[in-house]
Amino acid sequence: MSTATSARPLTAPSSHAPRAGGTPRRSRTRTRLELALLLAPGLVLFVGFVLVPIGVAAFYSLYSWNGFGPLTEFVGLDNYVDAFSGEVFRGAIGHNLIIATLTVVVQLPLSIGLALLLNRRLRGRTFLRMVVFAPYVLSEAVTAVIWLLMLQPGGFVDQVLRGAGLGWAVQQWLADPKIVLYTLFVVITWKYIGFGVILLLAGLQGIPAELREAAALDGASSWQVTRHVVLPLLGPTIRVWIFLAVIGSLQLFDLVWIMTLGGPANASTTMATYLIDHGFKRYEFGFGSAVAVILFIICFTFALLYQRFALRRDTDGALTRAVN
Amino acid sequence: MRSVHKLSVALAAAATLVLAACSGSGGDASANGPVTLTWWHNRTTEPMKSLWQQIADDFHKSHPDVSFTIEPLQNEQFQTKMPLALQGNTPPDIFQQWGGGSLKSQLTSGKLGDITQASSSWIGPLGQSAKGWQVDGKQYGVPYQMHAVGFWYRKDLFATAGVTSPPSTLDELNAAVAKLKAAKLVPIAVGGKDRWPDAFYYNYFAIRQCSVDALKKAVEKTELSDPCFTKAGENLKTFLDTKPFQDGFVGTPAQQGAGSSAGMLANGQAAMELQGDWNPDVMQALSEDKNLDSKIGWFPFPSVPGGQGDPNAVLGGGDGFSCTSRAAKACADFLGYLVGEEVQKKLAATGSGLPVHPAAVASLKTETHKQIAEYTAKAPHLQFYLDIAFPTNVGQALNDAIANFFAGQGGPDTIVQSVTKAAAGNK
Repeated sequence: MSTATSARPLTAPSSHAPRAGGTPRRSRTRTRLELALLLAPGLVLFVGFVLVPIGVAAFYSLYSWNGFGPLTEFVGLDNYVDAFSGEVFRGAIGHNLIIATLTVVVQLPLSIGLALLLNRRLRGRTFLRMVVFAPYVLSEAVTAVIWLLMLQPGGFVDQVLRGAGLGWAVQQWLADPKIVLYTLFVVITWKYIGFGVILLLAGLQGIPAELREAAALDGASSWQVTRHVVLPLLGPTIRVWIFLAVIGSLQLFDLVWIMTLGGPANASTTMATYLIDHGFKRYEFGFGSAVAVILFIICFTFALLYQRFALRRDTDGALTRAVN
Repeated sequence: MRSVHKLSVALAAAATLVLAACSGSGGDASANGPVTLTWWHNRTTEPMKSLWQQIADDFHKSHPDVSFTIEPLQNEQFQTKMPLALQGNTPPDIFQQWGGGSLKSQLTSGKLGDITQASSSWIGPLGQSAKGWQVDGKQYGVPYQMHAVGFWYRKDLFATAGVTSPPSTLDELNAAVAKLKAAKLVPIAVGGKDRWPDAFYYNYFAIRQCSVDALKKAVEKTELSDPCFTKAGENLKTFLDTKPFQDGFVGTPAQQGAGSSAGMLANGQAAMELQGDWNPDVMQALSEDKNLDSKIGWFPFPSVPGGQGDPNAVLGGGDGFSCTSRAAKACADFLGYLVGEEVQKKLAATGSGLPVHPAAVASLKTETHKQIAEYTAKAPHLQFYLDIAFPTNVGQALNDAIANFFAGQGGPDTIVQSVTKAAAGNK
């Protein structure tokens, strides 16, 4: 018995001690068997489809390779140097960061506002919730094609603006390099606002009505209730939303690819469109792999830092402490 | 961890295919006996999809030993699937092949079948069309139809603006643009978002400016070092300065929706478009007008004063097929059948491209297509689209540089350098 357990520090609190029936040894073997049985399929898939491909991509990224024939031209880290020394890729990183920042600064307050509104008892609430959520159900490709057609000069968007007497606001939405990125951001917001609202509504449902009532009884105004009771309790939901939104912004691809192909003049290139453009359209698979690895490292670093510093208190206990 | 997942799923798919390639070797079906050919083509829509099936069935009837497994794939899928398939040990036996530089890239996989011998008995009538599917004098595929680029125009809008005949020189084209503008019409539509329509303009200015020798040398050496290529860029700049295109043309798609460049021409919102022979089908799909064919005309890219290029040289390319080595003999026999008179006439009747067999020209549906086919047949030089003629990475870099030029970035030098840089492996 000692050989099996000595390596593991005995941290089990006393509450775990009175176990019903069975010797500890038998229950440990059983636990291990259960764990192996339950984890093995997932682990095999995870290793085969997540870890191995990442390793393979990292390996390819060290070669100059057009995808055909054997890997013969080892170039070390040249692909990485090339990527970072290229203006287009640096621009792409910048575009991703602009979208990520705008997402948090603009979409978040908008989502919270809409969620608070739709959480109230008002006529047609279900219908309004559906309207807000509907765009999220559309696939990104469909969204992109619809908006691509609506944003053409003289298209639906321009006509609506002119009809509303806002003709002066009409722009070359997808053709002006100075505007195109922000046009895309509006479409992204249109598409994803519903997701944020639904997530926050779920968060709002989890806030006990008693707390608001208690605050109201103590004389808090409705603004004070929102500011000091509701928003703090919504914190975990908001933090998860920010996590998902930033990762999503860093990987932005479908919408951009269909609406602008990263143009005009690379004004809307993102890291992912750059990756596909070089990897698949130009048959530079080695270089494309290097870009994929860079994208992965950026996302992974963000994910780790965010988990460590922002999500820690939300996941405390669930992820950070041994269950057994 | 969504990030890890999304990326890795794609990578995993790639990796498994590549790993599969490393194990075992393909079977050898070159010996006589029954063989099933896997055929990847890009005709996912009617009428061509059914026509290919029917042609395969017909061939099977006369050659009972040869059967087919047909897989139609979208063009975009070919870009991603072919490298993986040619790495694997079961590549398709026949697959869509655009020729030029991408054929050259694929050749390094060692999987493509040399059909020089097998095609010698029937390749004669194809003439210079077949050259794009050769590498170092060896035939690695054949085209089954050709394409040519020229100006499509609206006869009604030309009449409105008082343009009496299609322009045959650059000066006449500029004059037509001015007249159309004066009549408050959009002279030319271009699908700048998709980049390749922009490239047609630079390609044609180069063809008109550079001698055939200079063009051939450029493709051979993967460089645009001859001064005529810089001059072509300057000519293009002068042309762009006349502002012949629609508003916001760098964001316009070429073929999607009524607001696309093809849609604008189809719906009378623009008077001209420089496009391939496939444009009528694209336009018809974007318009309700049943009499569209009668309103649309075609004229070749005009001659450019001072150029050494041949004013009758034509820009184009083609659709073809390559064989992989497993069943190259049976595949080559089938390709011989495809480019034969009988099948060529059927293909021509669909109007989806120009026949490679001269005897099939008469079967083309419209007078306009016959006009294009005759012009192309007489052309002293057929220049492959430069992005296809060059290795894939160089061709795409060139198209990007041209698209940036259309968006006001860079100059003629930048276009020339993009090729030099990409050929040297710079990003």
